[in-house]
Amino acid sequence: MTTRTTETKIADAIEDTPFFIGGKKLTSRFLLGTGKFRNKADLAQSITESQTEIVTVALRRIDLEHHEENILEHIPKSVTLLTNTSGARDAQEAIRIARLAKESGYGNWIKIEVINDTKYLLPDNSETIKATETLVKEGFVVLPYVSPDLYVARELVKVGAASVMPLGSLIGSNQGLKTKELIRVLINEIDIPIIVDAGIGCPSQAAEAMEMGADAVLVNTAVATAEKPAKLAKAFAMAVQAGRLGYLSNLPPVKDTANASSPLTGFLYEN
Amino acid sequence: MISFNHIQKILTDNNPTNIEALAQEASSLTRQYFGHTISLYAPIYLSNFCSSHCTYCGFHSHHRIKRFKLTDKEMNQEMKHVADQGIENILLLTGESYKVTPLSYLMDTVTVAKQYFPNISLEVHPMEEDEYKTLFLHGVDGITVYQETYDRERYKKVHLSGIKADYDFRAGTAQRAAAAGIRSISLGILLGLSSNTSQDLFDLYEHLSFMEKNYPGVEYSLSFPRIQKIKGEDFGKVYIDDKTFIKIICLTRTLFPRVGINLSTREKPELRDHALKLGITRMSAGSNTSVGGYTLKEPQQQDPQFDIEDTRSVKAITTLLKEKNLDPVFTDWRRIQA
Repeated sequence: MTTRTTETKIADAIEDTPFFIGGKKLTSRFLLGTGKFRNKADLAQSITESQTEIVTVALRRIDLEHHEENILEHIPKSVTLLTNTSGARDAQEAIRIARLAKESGYGNWIKIEVINDTKYLLPDNSETIKATETLVKEGFVVLPYVSPDLYVARELVKVGAASVMPLGSLIGSNQGLKTKELIRVLINEIDIPIIVDAGIGCPSQAAEAMEMGADAVLVNTAVATAEKPAKLAKAFAMAVQAGRLGYLSNLPPVKDTANASSPLTGFLYEN
Repeated sequence: MISFNHIQKILTDNNPTNIEALAQEASSLTRQYFGHTISLYAPIYLSNFCSSHCTYCGFHSHHRIKRFKLTDKEMNQEMKHVADQGIENILLLTGESYKVTPLSYLMDTVTVAKQYFPNISLEVHPMEEDEYKTLFLHGVDGITVYQETYDRERYKKVHLSGIKADYDFRAGTAQRAAAAGIRSISLGILLGLSSNTSQDLFDLYEHLSFMEKNYPGVEYSLSFPRIQKIKGEDFGKVYIDDKTFIKIICLTRTLFPRVGINLSTREKPELRDHALKLGITRMSAGSNTSVGGYTLKEPQQQDPQFDIEDTRSVKAITTLLKEKNLDPVFTDWRRIQA
């Protein structure tokens, strides 16, 4: 039994245990990415409808020159900005982007994305650890995006990451939890928040991650490319809540067969 | 695995139902991987001095056109004008002349460009890896280098002299740039230059696949300019009609879902508007293809490299994109080099 499970036993099925990242208490366990939307109004509405409290923004997409196009103008001040290092190909570039974000006044929350493969967009775990270590020392709240791997996650805990963000499947693929069993290991063994990021294509997949015990889910492509983004954002937020409640209720285990009597131990009760 | 037969089949299949199905697939993949966004860029021609003789080009060394090279002051003026239109991704071009536009000139140009644009790409003569490294560290993000055709025989016939006549040196340019750290590389063929379009496409795709495998960190994009007449003379071996052109864009998208596809203003507005939904991810806007064409030369004094068909302003293109429910992206990158 892990600490996590013990916690859920004492938690009321409706009143959740408080959820903290980087010392910030959060009510919503749904995080939203801001890329790929057809316009800024759809984005703003998706934020409102989902009641998300954290949104990620790529520093490289923050357009300071065009006020109307500047994404920050469309994000409510109450929402925490999680700048991401999209475009970084190694730890050094990620570190530079993080520093630039801080200098530009976008806060000290940073999602590390180190991607050196533009075909699969898979994160480079070892460079991600290096960047995390340096940035934590500089006072950043670091949320690293990684391929799910137990040793990497342990290392990230050691260097002070605020959470681990394992990918469910390839970015933008809508394939859902292809890495489910590896994420389950992280949920069981890692005591900082596990936020499932990337590949979540529909609300039921978000619920699946939460039922399993993930602490939160981040979605971007599915919402941004939906015909009605705000509706889907809301659906995701509700699915995340439903999945969380399911988890807190200690779901009965799934079985392959009907439960017969006790073929193995029945003899104990025979006279 | 990319199959030549598949390419040939698509290019020769004119069944409207099949073309529509291909377009639907391409459109859906583009939205899935790039979302509802289109990046905008503009070219600035720095110099039309050229020591290569490429029969089909308006700038080639034997043409009697007026040759110019922008001075520091002039490039400031041109860049300011383009930046004022809202453009942040800039493509700086020269003819291929090591003597007139050497590395030192390019370095000076980039120094100026950095004041106006967060993202700088070059389309200039091919260089060595260490030269690319120098440019990268100085602030160059992207390199555009088209092989024009992968048909060696045809290549030899149209590239008569100069550095461009060296097929292999040109074909290795993308590798040298990637090895030097350049972030984005654009490859392309000049459609119509070779008589076997399917073979040229196949070779381009193979080149791209090789680059993806060996330099996975680079963002790749492809361009498919169609050959144009110069002063009435036709250098094309085959005519690429709109249908074939659209099929090429769609086919490329289905084979390379995450690769960028560029579309320049040499195509007509109507065609560009339709192509937007099918696979294009980057387009130029408000372009001029003459040296000094934005602010220094009157239209009658200009010798453009190619004629612009889509003369709409950046503002008009932005409005159009929004009407089509696409988000115009001006900033794709922010300089992080010290």
